[in-house]
Amino acid sequence: MVADSMNQLWLIPVLPLAGFLLNGLVALVASSIRAEKESGADHPGAPLPYAQRLFHGIVGVSSVGLAAVLSFAALVPYALGSMQVPEGLTPIVQKVYTWMAAGDYTVDVAFRLDALSALMLSFVTFVGTLIHVYSVGYMQKEEGYGRYFSYLNLFMFAMLTLVLADSLPLLFVGWEGVGLCSYLLIGYYYDKDFAAAAGKKAFIANRVGDFGMVLGIFGVFALFGTADFSFVELAKRQVLAGDAPLGVYAVCLLLFLGACGKSAQVPLHVWLPDAMAGPTPVSALIHAATMVTAGVYLVARCSALFVLAPDALTLVAWIGAGTAIFAATIGLAQNDIKKVLAYSTVSQLGYMFLACGVGAFSAGMFHVFTHAFFKACLFLGSGSVIMSMHHEQDMRKMGGLAGRIPQTFRTMLVATLAIAGVFPLAGFFSKDMILGSAAATGHWALYAVGLFTAGLTAFYMFRLVSMTFFGQARGDGHGHGEHAHESPATMTIPLWILAALSVVAGLLGVPAALGGSDRIGRFLEASVAHPEIPEMSHGLELGLMALSLVVAVVGLTAAWRWYGRAAGPAPAVSPQAHAFYEKTGALGRLVANRWNVDEGIEALVLSPFRKIGTFLWRGFDALFIDGIANASAFLVELLGDLLRFFTTGHVRNYALAFTLGFAALVAYLWMS
Amino acid sequence: MTGVLPGVAPMAVPPGAFLVVATLLFAIGLAGALLKRNALSIFLSIELMLNAVNLLFLTYARMRGDLAGQMIVFFVIAVAAAEAAVGLAIFVALFRTHRTVDVDKIALLKW
Repeated sequence: MVADSMNQLWLIPVLPLAGFLLNGLVALVASSIRAEKESGADHPGAPLPYAQRLFHGIVGVSSVGLAAVLSFAALVPYALGSMQVPEGLTPIVQKVYTWMAAGDYTVDVAFRLDALSALMLSFVTFVGTLIHVYSVGYMQKEEGYGRYFSYLNLFMFAMLTLVLADSLPLLFVGWEGVGLCSYLLIGYYYDKDFAAAAGKKAFIANRVGDFGMVLGIFGVFALFGTADFSFVELAKRQVLAGDAPLGVYAVCLLLFLGACGKSAQVPLHVWLPDAMAGPTPVSALIHAATMVTAGVYLVARCSALFVLAPDALTLVAWIGAGTAIFAATIGLAQNDIKKVLAYSTVSQLGYMFLACGVGAFSAGMFHVFTHAFFKACLFLGSGSVIMSMHHEQDMRKMGGLAGRIPQTFRTMLVATLAIAGVFPLAGFFSKDMILGSAAATGHWALYAVGLFTAGLTAFYMFRLVSMTFFGQARGDGHGHGEHAHESPATMTIPLWILAALSVVAGLLGVPAALGGSDRIGRFLEASVAHPEIPEMSHGLELGLMALSLVVAVVGLTAAWRWYGRAAGPAPAVSPQAHAFYEKTGALGRLVANRWNVDEGIEALVLSPFRKIGTFLWRGFDALFIDGIANASAFLVELLGDLLRFFTTGHVRNYALAFTLGFAALVAYLWMS
Repeated sequence: MTGVLPGVAPMAVPPGAFLVVATLLFAIGLAGALLKRNALSIFLSIELMLNAVNLLFLTYARMRGDLAGQMIVFFVIAVAAAEAAVGLAIFVALFRTHRTVDVDKIALLKW
């Protein structure tokens, strides 16, 4: 069978790895040659020669593209076959080699294809390829073109390892790998202080989560005696036995802490908005579509464990819901186009955890899937806007771009409607599946938060579109808005593909109430836990859908009325919006200042730690440790000062001392 | 007398006399080395002590019928000759720079 011969899963992550090595090597050699030639350095920031750009582009895109082809060759037959069997096909596990062996216990480098990893694989490779193509256009004027593509390839390697890993230790390798690449790419403009600081912030915030993650992995091993994903089966058996030790709660919470770090949940979300310092395609790929969903993936992967600990799941749901509404409110007041999208991402990730928390893991994964398309489209669109505005990111200086960059406008509009949850676009189905599950399981408070957040989402997204594309060009006084030009085809074609998928991706999960059969839910049932979700009457379900649609439309309309017709010079805020900020006063300022979370963390966590550090430095290290060293040195010096008087320099003194000493020795020997 | 080598006549002078002479020589040498100020005198005194020890070695070698003692004396003579060469060179150098070989006036090794 073709599928079997193509089914070398290890090739999928290894291809981007090869791309990374090739690109990295060529970029290094080329830049050292350049540095030698340009030792006079008239214009060091010049773009690379065309041939080298072509090379990096081809290697970068083709390695990921090939990995995508292999992925689909493996996952399509698997998915189709799986849909025909009630329980789904058994997972394909391919062991490459034994990584660690300790006594009877071994950790293998083994890759696993099951429903969950197939779903992740599909959009990671697909969106990844599109974003590589987009980057060819977006990054063409960059000197670090080769470095950029090698990092991006390395990211794909790590992400695919994470997705395909068959054990928690191997997953952790990918987990840390994507974290590293995220750090490298956020700090891509490393000569800018804010970018370097943002990279560091992301890395450190993730460390906090990873601390829980590592302990969670140890915990899984302690509970089940294995850390490969067969522990899920063991956990399922435990459900039947009805026995959940306290350790399960601890492990769930620890793993969730890891997920919170990677997926930017409150209070570890602070790194994601800052991560926008990286190039925009990076924001699209890593900080919207793929890496940040790894936390949701982890929770879904360990879902059998989480259902053993219902209280932990409740916490997951509330953290998710809290993050969703919290980030959405901040999104209302941001003026940087990428910051709006960043908070939107945080908010949508909150939705995904909300879904997992009420036990609808497949709904959460479905939202991961659809979100990847429309959020990648939005980010890439914002990149196109930014490029046409000559690297202006402030929406107050945009406006009226609809006619000047029509393709970007249309694709972003589609994606905006999708994320706002307008029927029948992708976001409608996935968001509604989440809200429906929350309602069906009786979590009406969570439902209300989710519904309200949906309205906020529609509002801030349409605010973004209105401020950017509608009204009149406000410009920044340099007339960039007037001279905005459409991006090249390498950028618009990915936009169109993603926009199209933002429309149709939801059709995989049409609920029964609308005459569908929720294919994605049935497909995922093979690999995620699916606690019984009570059936709602179709009438109620349709009513809830209509309600969320109404909320979305209200949000869209409000944004349009407030921002859509804003014209003339900056600030581009309508009188109504002004009035709103006036009325909300302190609350409005608090929201605009991102709820002061950064300041709060600074005051409650960082500043005490810095004080402890200062104490350890000044009090312990400088006083105590250095004191011991200095005191012993002082004693030795004192002794030396005494003994130096015996060094007279006169030979006869020495001879006398020598003789007396010898006499004493002889006398001693005589006595004994 | 024990351990007399075969074919060697017994000692005409009793060995105790040799030991007394050697001890006296050593004491004179030690006193000279400690009390004299002239470097050359100290040096001669040290030679005296070395030779006192040589005499002891020889006496005991004869008494015990062991040639090892005599071997060591040869080594001592060789080392003393080398030491004399180095020591005299140092004194010449000292005299050239300080115009004296009085060890009480020279304290070069002082801190």
